[in-house]
Amino acid sequence: MKILVCISKTPDTTAKIAFTDNNTKFDTNGVQWIINPYDEWYALVRAIELKEADAATSIHLVTVGGADAEPIIRKALALGGDEAIRVNADSHDSFFIASQIAAIAKDGNYDLVLAGKETIDYNGSSIGGMVAELLDLPFISLATKLDVAGAQATIVREIEGGEETCEAALPLVISCQKGMAEARIPNMRGIMAARTKPLKVVEPVAAESLTSVAGFALPPAKAGVKLVDPENVDELVRLLHEEAKAI
Amino acid sequence: MSVLIFIDQVDGHVKKASLEALTFGADVAAQTGTTAEAVIIGTVNDDLVDLGKYGVKKIHQVSGNGFNQFDSQVYVNAIAQVATATGATVLVFSNNVNGKALAPRLSAKLKAGLVSGAVALPETSNGFIVKKNVFSGKAFANIAVNTAVKIIALSPNAYKTTAIDGKAEVVSFQAEAATPKVKIVSVNKASGEVPLTEAEIVVSAGRGLKGPENWGVVEELAKLLHAATACSRPVADAHWRPHNEHVGQTGIAIAPNLYIAIGISGAIQHLAGVNRSKVIVVINKDPEAPFFKAADYGIVGDAFEVMPKFIAAVKKLKGVA
Ligand SMILES: Cc1cc2nc3c(=O)[nH]c(=O)nc-3n(C[C@H](O)[C@H](O)[C@H](O)COP(=O)(O)OP(=O)(O)OC[C@H]3O[C@@H](n4cnc5c(N)ncnc54)[C@H](O)[C@@H]3O)c2cc1C
Repeated sequence: MKILVCISKTPDTTAKIAFTDNNTKFDTNGVQWIINPYDEWYALVRAIELKEADAATSIHLVTVGGADAEPIIRKALALGGDEAIRVNADSHDSFFIASQIAAIAKDGNYDLVLAGKETIDYNGSSIGGMVAELLDLPFISLATKLDVAGAQATIVREIEGGEETCEAALPLVISCQKGMAEARIPNMRGIMAARTKPLKVVEPVAAESLTSVAGFALPPAKAGVKLVDPENVDELVRLLHEEAKAI
Repeated sequence: MSVLIFIDQVDGHVKKASLEALTFGADVAAQTGTTAEAVIIGTVNDDLVDLGKYGVKKIHQVSGNGFNQFDSQVYVNAIAQVATATGATVLVFSNNVNGKALAPRLSAKLKAGLVSGAVALPETSNGFIVKKNVFSGKAFANIAVNTAVKIIALSPNAYKTTAIDGKAEVVSFQAEAATPKVKIVSVNKASGEVPLTEAEIVVSAGRGLKGPENWGVVEELAKLLHAATACSRPVADAHWRPHNEHVGQTGIAIAPNLYIAIGISGAIQHLAGVNRSKVIVVINKDPEAPFFKAADYGIVGDAFEVMPKFIAAVKKLKGVA
């Protein structure tokens, strides 16, 4: 089985969110970059587990980004990817990025394309669905479990108020979230091996950008907390009812 | 020309997220001088005509064999046919579970720029710019949509529904059905509970509650307030609570009217998923807990002592014995 895992570089979850250039650019000053947690913890680790169960599986990674994305790709290789492809382009447009991934996926004839459910920076949750449409493949979103037997996959996905189990024949595109796998950390052997694993850089295919970022804004600051005496919880309920009108 | 809103249904009912999408879509139609129309797939128990009170004029109902179960390919094919037939220039989805499966697919199919997680009406004085959540609720981005047809997936709980007088005309739409490739074999739903993303009130607890056996007070308060329950990540990781209750940067992002956090420290990753809540109440025994900085109301105290009093006070307010 051939699996393609989409990997995106995002700011660390503790990164300070600030903007420069008249609020048009994310301030990367001092920011640590990580693999988008949904891509790493769920999509990639589940792919690795599938490979551990079936050694004939190969895992390719794809990222659309500049050379500064290479450290996080090496980390993904250290965790267990076999080879990686970086499409040399910087874009914030989901359709442009999905077009690049779809082109790679088409070339590589993958059985599974796995993506995280969203990135923690742009929160688009768009790439998986777009790639599926561009490849004319089924798309199973927000998956919490994935098993493969032969050419058939069984997936559990989130639905409103619960979950459903579905089956589909490969090839498929799946977006992954919590439940799929448990986070891992790369070991020394993996880190050493990752240095020599292939990381191919390709130029982007021609594709449109359908959207662009016009600017950013920060939410207004909170006014400050009103503390209530623990001996007087009635007062909290009164405030929530009369002042905040929340209950 | 029209604004076309996708009406999502769950077990034959139109949910709040879709009513928000309808109100939003009707307001976009008013803003752009077009009419609000909607598409629904499958049959529902609710009276669709009545949805006219959210401003939608005409509802196209796609039903029949091939549309009995959710499949993103089948649904998107049908929605695209309705979009073409109605000359839709803006399509509106809720950015809920099904919206996340459909809107991106449709965007790629129609080459229509998508803004997912939108929180406000588009700004149309100079182009078409939509404000959305980014950085997991820590900031907003204004996204310019540069295509003739635009798709907006509205963040749940971000736009208030308004009901006016009105009736919608319901017409059946004969859509060509694509062959479904995904087979649903079983469905597992927690019955009677309020879904987390739609809840007006969320009662949430963290590691401060010590163990799953202590969640009784959380559930009792939630029941009294018709609230959903949530938890912090370590609580879900330890399997004290199910994964689908985990809120935060790597869990579910929510924006209820009221978020009550019990024994949660308020780590930055937790706040990322809940800081769009309108009112935040924090109960924590540590006055230095970072959550107090993000809170509107707080009690510095032991949850095991405060919660029974909290429940008693709410019972008194609600007139429950
Ligand atoms: C990449 C990454 C992603 C993450 N994503 C998420 C996420 O999505 N969601 C999330 O929640 N976390 C996330 N985390 C974890 C986060 O950093 C915190 O570790 C976590 O939120 C802490 O959970 P907690 O507040 O329940 O536990 P703790 O930090 O242990 O806090 C427990 C709190 O309970 C209080 N307490 C103890 N006893 C009592 C009592 N008797 N009465 C009242 N209060 C009491 C304590 O004072 C303390 O403030 C993430 C971390 C990383 C690194």
